Amino acid sequence: MGESGDSESGDHRPPGRRPEKPSGRDPGADHAAFSALLEDSAEDLYEHAPCGYLSTLLDGTIAKINTTLLDWLGYDHGDLVGRRTFSDLLTVGGRLYHETHFGPLLRMQGEVSGIALELKATDGSRLPVLVTSTVKTGGDGQPLLIRTTVFDARDRRAYETELLRARQEAELEREELKRLNATLQQTLLPPTLVNVPGLDVAAHYHVASTDMVGGDFYDLFPLSAGTWGLFLGDVCGKGAAAAAVTSLARYTLRAAAVYDPDPAAVLGNLNTVLNHEYNGHDPRFCTVVFGLLTPEGGRGGFRITLASGGHPPALLLRADGSADHLHTPGGQLIGVLPDAHIATATVHLAAGDTLLLHTDGLTEARPDRARDADRYGDDALLDFARALAPTTASAAVAAIRDLLDTFGTGVDDDTAVIAINVPRPTSEEQP
Amino acid sequence: MLAHGFGCDQHMWRLLVPLLEHDFTVVLFDHVGAGRSDLSAWSHERYSTLDGYTDDVLEICRELALGPVTFVGHSVSAMMGVLAAAREPEAFAGLVLLAPSPCFIDDPAVGYRGGFSAEDIDELLESLDANYLGWSGTMAPVIMGNPERPELGEELTNSFCRTDPDIARVFARVTFLSDNREDLAEVTVPTLVAQCSVDAIAPPEVGAFVRDRIPGSRLVTLNATGHCPQLAAPEETAAAITDFVEAVR
Repeated sequence: MGESGDSESGDHRPPGRRPEKPSGRDPGADHAAFSALLEDSAEDLYEHAPCGYLSTLLDGTIAKINTTLLDWLGYDHGDLVGRRTFSDLLTVGGRLYHETHFGPLLRMQGEVSGIALELKATDGSRLPVLVTSTVKTGGDGQPLLIRTTVFDARDRRAYETELLRARQEAELEREELKRLNATLQQTLLPPTLVNVPGLDVAAHYHVASTDMVGGDFYDLFPLSAGTWGLFLGDVCGKGAAAAAVTSLARYTLRAAAVYDPDPAAVLGNLNTVLNHEYNGHDPRFCTVVFGLLTPEGGRGGFRITLASGGHPPALLLRADGSADHLHTPGGQLIGVLPDAHIATATVHLAAGDTLLLHTDGLTEARPDRARDADRYGDDALLDFARALAPTTASAAVAAIRDLLDTFGTGVDDDTAVIAINVPRPTSEEQP
Repeated sequence: MLAHGFGCDQHMWRLLVPLLEHDFTVVLFDHVGAGRSDLSAWSHERYSTLDGYTDDVLEICRELALGPVTFVGHSVSAMMGVLAAAREPEAFAGLVLLAPSPCFIDDPAVGYRGGFSAEDIDELLESLDANYLGWSGTMAPVIMGNPERPELGEELTNSFCRTDPDIARVFARVTFLSDNREDLAEVTVPTLVAQCSVDAIAPPEVGAFVRDRIPGSRLVTLNATGHCPQLAAPEETAAAITDFVEAVR
């Protein structure tokens, strides 16, 4: 009675777990039965384990290999032991990987796990495997041999290949997205700045992230009667939705300026359009500065009327080396309120004077990102401009570019800058 | 100056350095793109030929004002040493080319055996890709971001052979597709070619080829087996280097 119960439980329960003890059962007999089972299996487990085992000398020569692995590869014991190295069983590519990565890592760490390799079988087929090796050391810590387990990884490798393919596809698509973003960005900016007689102009657009289209924009274009329109702005947000607003803002500004070039009226029009377009759901707004440039025949230079809706102040870098903000206080964000207040200022740009417009990507940058430092700020930019004045449009824009470069990844928003300068007469030009 | 080869970083010299630093000033570095180098300094253009790496070697010599150095280059770095010494011989007291190969790919037209075919190299690139899942982008800042904290080195040994897969692929191509056989004759500094007795990557005739092409060079075959004698037999490797340096002094 007791014995039949034992054999039955032995068939159905995992070995090593003692069966519950019914009354009348002999625990000693249970134990003996399991011990016999385990002792019997020690060698058998090695030879017929569901994974490959091999032991190699430190130079890679195979010293011992189990039947499972021999069967997978189609070799006999005598073909390999003492005659071949583990590396001989690998594909050539796998051998290179083994020599350049696997071996050095094993020496360094004493173990390497889960490396994907392919073994060559005698029939020419390839068996994808995952390999784990450990170094067995003697009592004095000296390495003696290398023990390796080999798992059949056909299914797993198929899955990983699929993951790899998906990842490569994702990378390609990301590249494509970057290209699309760059193209979209370019369509929101003039391909080249127009040539304005009597003015030196330069602009720069700094892309903070190639993954998202930024919302900064600028343009310079002719209006009637020898006057010129100039604008620079920043739509809140990023991505395709912001790009749509940028596009709308840019064309609205150009059309409105043709209809009535008064800067406050131009921004008023844009405010109405954005407010109607996006009111209620998904409000979109922007900050803009719009300038009307009128050449002053008698005096020389240009009269510039600037209107600002919530935009950072422009900088005026004078020929005499001074520099200051050109404040347009009280201007409100464009697109939020039905009747935004728009501030204007008028200034005369004489020979050697430079006007610099920028978006807040520049002043909001963190110059020392590593230390989570403060943002650059308007005051620092003003100091920078004072050190720069007097200057020219291209020199000012180049200096801002260099400044942005020194910030590196601390510039987390796109930045647009445009500078206009009335060149000094040639005789006065600095060497 | 010890220059590591394709696959790992300066930790490859770990067992050799204690044997050399008593007699010599030892300079170690990670190639750009490997180990804890500044990954942002890596660019496809600069590092898709050995010239970019060679420039770096010469720059290190200049920057550290080392005077003539003994350059020990392992594997692909042996060829960087050849190119650097050809360009600025005055910077080098001697070259030790450890398990070098001027060209890994067979060239049957002239009877040259490098040991590999172009298809084999593609297979290596697949092996790199197959172990690509072991790399995660989040590891890069851990490895690269703390050069000033060597105590992290211990935790990082686990990752020392892991390289950004894009960089590894480019470096693998440079390593295994470069052909520098013609450059060997340009070397004018004393040179030791040290090859292993059995090397799955550089067959023995490659060592003899290098010795024959570099005027006045000497070839030693180490008892060490494998492609990395500095790990497999550091004492023997150190002795070969020391004997060479003493002989050319």
